[in-house]
Amino acid sequence: MAGLTGRMSTIVKAKVSKVLDRAEDPAETLDYSYSKQLELLQNVKKGIADVVTSKKRLQLQETQMQQQVVKLDTQARQALAANREDLARVALERKQSVQTELQSMDSQIAELEAQQQKLIDSEAAMRAKLEAFRTKKEVIKAQYSAAEAQVRISEAATGVGEQMADVGLAMQRALDKTENMKARAAAVGELQDSGTFEDLTQLGPGKDDIDRQLEAIGAGGAVDDELSKLKAEIGAGAAPTQIEASTGGEAAPAPEPAAADAGGDHDDASGATP
Amino acid sequence: MIVRVFSDGQYRIPDDAQARLHELDVATVEAIDANDEGAFKSSYGALIELIHANGERLADDDLAPSDLMLPPSDITLEEAREEFTGEGLLPD
Repeated sequence: MAGLTGRMSTIVKAKVSKVLDRAEDPAETLDYSYSKQLELLQNVKKGIADVVTSKKRLQLQETQMQQQVVKLDTQARQALAANREDLARVALERKQSVQTELQSMDSQIAELEAQQQKLIDSEAAMRAKLEAFRTKKEVIKAQYSAAEAQVRISEAATGVGEQMADVGLAMQRALDKTENMKARAAAVGELQDSGTFEDLTQLGPGKDDIDRQLEAIGAGGAVDDELSKLKAEIGAGAAPTQIEASTGGEAAPAPEPAAADAGGDHDDASGATP
Repeated sequence: MIVRVFSDGQYRIPDDAQARLHELDVATVEAIDANDEGAFKSSYGALIELIHANGERLADDDLAPSDLMLPPSDITLEEAREEFTGEGLLPD
């Protein structure tokens, strides 16, 4: 069969027979390969322990990025309500890129966990096969002539050899993923440090350029509010519709700038939803 | 026929499922040649499904060698391509 299955089979069989042909006695070869394989598995376990640390770091970064998404969304609404489409666009663009990063993080973490599980399963199957092999080779030796026993033991050894190849591949893939995860955690950390995700970690008074521009609008809006209220009191001219809409729902008629600002935020958030 | 799916297990496949298995194998290779991720995922996914649906899983301590071996079910197109170039997926 010339397909993917045939290709894989050819490669595995070649590797297995290369290992088993090293010695006259396949049982001896297997014992040797097995101890080598166990050493490798120890290294993988260490690697996986390392990655748990990277994974936790990524998960923390993930939480911070989720908060960043919420914040950018609010900013976009505020900007839009203030007729600052340009600013809203910047906020939404950042939100998009943070979300994209978040999604790929999720799948990276899930993939790594899947690889780990497969490695554990393959290793368990290998231990089971090797135990069976040790018992069976004695039975075969007792039941068959030397030549016949050799053939049967070789066949059983091939079964174990395949499983070793299986563990080898599972290990390789888990290690590759581990390396990817580490690189990713480091890269996201660098982005944070360099300020690309500027206020990712600033849950308190952190302000970015979008915040500052929105504040400037807020201050301007408060002045506009006060002005339009004054105009209404005097009864001269109509206020712009947008201002009317945003002040219309307010119960307190007092033209207090701070209250108008906070109230404005509320109305903006709901009013900006298309 | 005994088929091994890497990172999964060994399955005894009845003769009547082998023709379909071959078809899906050929379709998978065509998808790899065409570098078509969607086609690759669907044909290789169907191949694995066929084995799970028709095959009888061997016990972990069964020592039978496999007639046919397949890469893990979650193999990527990129990894599958590697299988056809150089040393293949398996580490030494």
